[in-house]
Amino acid sequence: MKSDVRLLKGNEAVAEAAVRSGCDGYFGYPITPQSEILETLMALRPWETSGMQVVQAESEVAAINMVYGGAAIRRRVMTSSSSPGISLMCEGVSYIAAASLPCLIVNVQRGGPGLGTIQPSQGDYFQAVKGGGHGDYHCVVLAPCSVQEMYDFVFDAFEVAFRYRVPVIMLADGMVGQMMEKVKLTPPRQRRTQDEIIAECDTWALTGRGAHRQRNIVTSLQLQASEQEAFNLQLQAKYRQIESRETRWEEYRTEDAEWLLVAFGCSARICRESVDKARREGLRVGLLRPITLWPFPSGRIGELATKVKAMMTVELNAGQMVEDVRLAVNGRVPVWFYGRMGGVIFAPDEVLDNLKKQIESK
Amino acid sequence: MREQDIICEQNKVYSKSRILTDATMHYCPGCSHGVVHKLIAETIEEMGLQQRTIGVSPVGCAVFAYNYLDIDMAEAAHGRAPAVATAIKRLAPDKVVFTYQGDGDLSAIGTGEAIHACNRGESIVMFYINNAIYGMTGGQMAPTTLCGMKTATSPDGRDPKLHGYPYKIAEMLALLDGVCYVTRQTVASVTHIRRAKRAIRCAFENALAGRGVSFVEIVATCNSGWKMSPVAANKWLVENMLPFYPLGDIKNVKEE
Repeated sequence: MKSDVRLLKGNEAVAEAAVRSGCDGYFGYPITPQSEILETLMALRPWETSGMQVVQAESEVAAINMVYGGAAIRRRVMTSSSSPGISLMCEGVSYIAAASLPCLIVNVQRGGPGLGTIQPSQGDYFQAVKGGGHGDYHCVVLAPCSVQEMYDFVFDAFEVAFRYRVPVIMLADGMVGQMMEKVKLTPPRQRRTQDEIIAECDTWALTGRGAHRQRNIVTSLQLQASEQEAFNLQLQAKYRQIESRETRWEEYRTEDAEWLLVAFGCSARICRESVDKARREGLRVGLLRPITLWPFPSGRIGELATKVKAMMTVELNAGQMVEDVRLAVNGRVPVWFYGRMGGVIFAPDEVLDNLKKQIESK
Repeated sequence: MREQDIICEQNKVYSKSRILTDATMHYCPGCSHGVVHKLIAETIEEMGLQQRTIGVSPVGCAVFAYNYLDIDMAEAAHGRAPAVATAIKRLAPDKVVFTYQGDGDLSAIGTGEAIHACNRGESIVMFYINNAIYGMTGGQMAPTTLCGMKTATSPDGRDPKLHGYPYKIAEMLALLDGVCYVTRQTVASVTHIRRAKRAIRCAFENALAGRGVSFVEIVATCNSGWKMSPVAANKWLVENMLPFYPLGDIKNVKEE
């Protein structure tokens, strides 16, 4: 089949992917730098073709609770926002995780804290990976580094979300959201029919209490401590399963590397250039790019800690993922950090110069 | 005459709705929630809507509405039931969707969601149980607490200079074009209960016809929070709540 290749912004690719992946509903609120997702969906008018509903909510708080409602009746639902808006959604994400509901939340990160800046940042790593909302829960976190991945990860996210009934965050940033690249689009998939939904999810989804089954309840409340703990243990068991099966990462020139860069998202794109430049200078540098930030590729980073002399984590923040890298390395080799904040983006040379400085002072 | 001759099918004058479960209600004796649940259950049963209805319960005493109503239900975060219901109705338009919220849930923390679901004209039913107090958390002041009324957070009585004024969100929502029906009822007496039931039926019929939001306020008792006996609470409601929250239809597009 002839493939459909287009030049798209990352945000537009998310909108195209939503419609083509058979998404049932999108609920969002405008915020820079991701408003093109809602704008593109409104222009595509999918309610006239696939039947997908698109609602501009009155706030991010309302949007995430609409996602909760849509997920409770087992529809493929999603929202998108940028950092301050995601902060508003965190309560809802905790409820979604606690009610074991699947959904996709796209965060096109901007600089913070506070209203911050509209330029790219990776300052929400902690929020996405460590929780954001209250209580012991996790979201699967996918970090795209290209417009193609912003498209593909919508499909991947829904797969994982429904496999485990968990919220999935696509942790993008203003750079991949705003830049334009070639994207290979896939043929549209059908939305699930009501009969398919009932066949798959009648044990938990709100499909209507019929004569054939007891009522289904979507809730996150347990007043008894022992019942709540039993639920917590169930949830943790599910998370251990996700860790063992769904961890994804990509390596670049690590086979003979003495020095390892660890970076995700747009930072990893930049670090690839740094690796090539280092190699031309005779410095054996490699790159590990976590694709899932949770579950984190701790095992592989631990293995590489026995092979390289040191690692440097490179992030657009004050040093967040570096904590997980250090936990994985567990003191076996030095783990340095280089980062920029506030929407300032490093160049490949800048990363390499800092690596060289660290090596010299070792 | 033997007991079993009296207790037989042909002598039956009343029975519990099939839509009410056998779970023992956690509501305090005298609380209005149980009566309102019963009226909703009876309406769903009489209209044959068990399979088509999806309810959304709030945070507050009625969080456990799903334990008593034998229908599919979602429990929403505090104040967010109208947003949850919006998505359910948009994505499953054949379903009859209702929200059930208290005064704190709907008219304090969830004011925004309530107004915007109404403004979008979602064809849902919104129940608003106004007992002028936060019941579940132990009797704190609500947006609807009357001036002078004592609560855990207004121990000297609500003083508008300190706490602002009680407000009537039903009248405010009636101004919105997306709302087809706004009514205020109570369940303080048998007559009132019958009228409330008619209003609930009307609201469900509007939802089936896709007319927009139907908003049913029930002026309710919280005798534990008010620190009164059930009988005294009903009397206090009629004498003090109803003059400020007058009963009757505030808007009915069908009749206009």
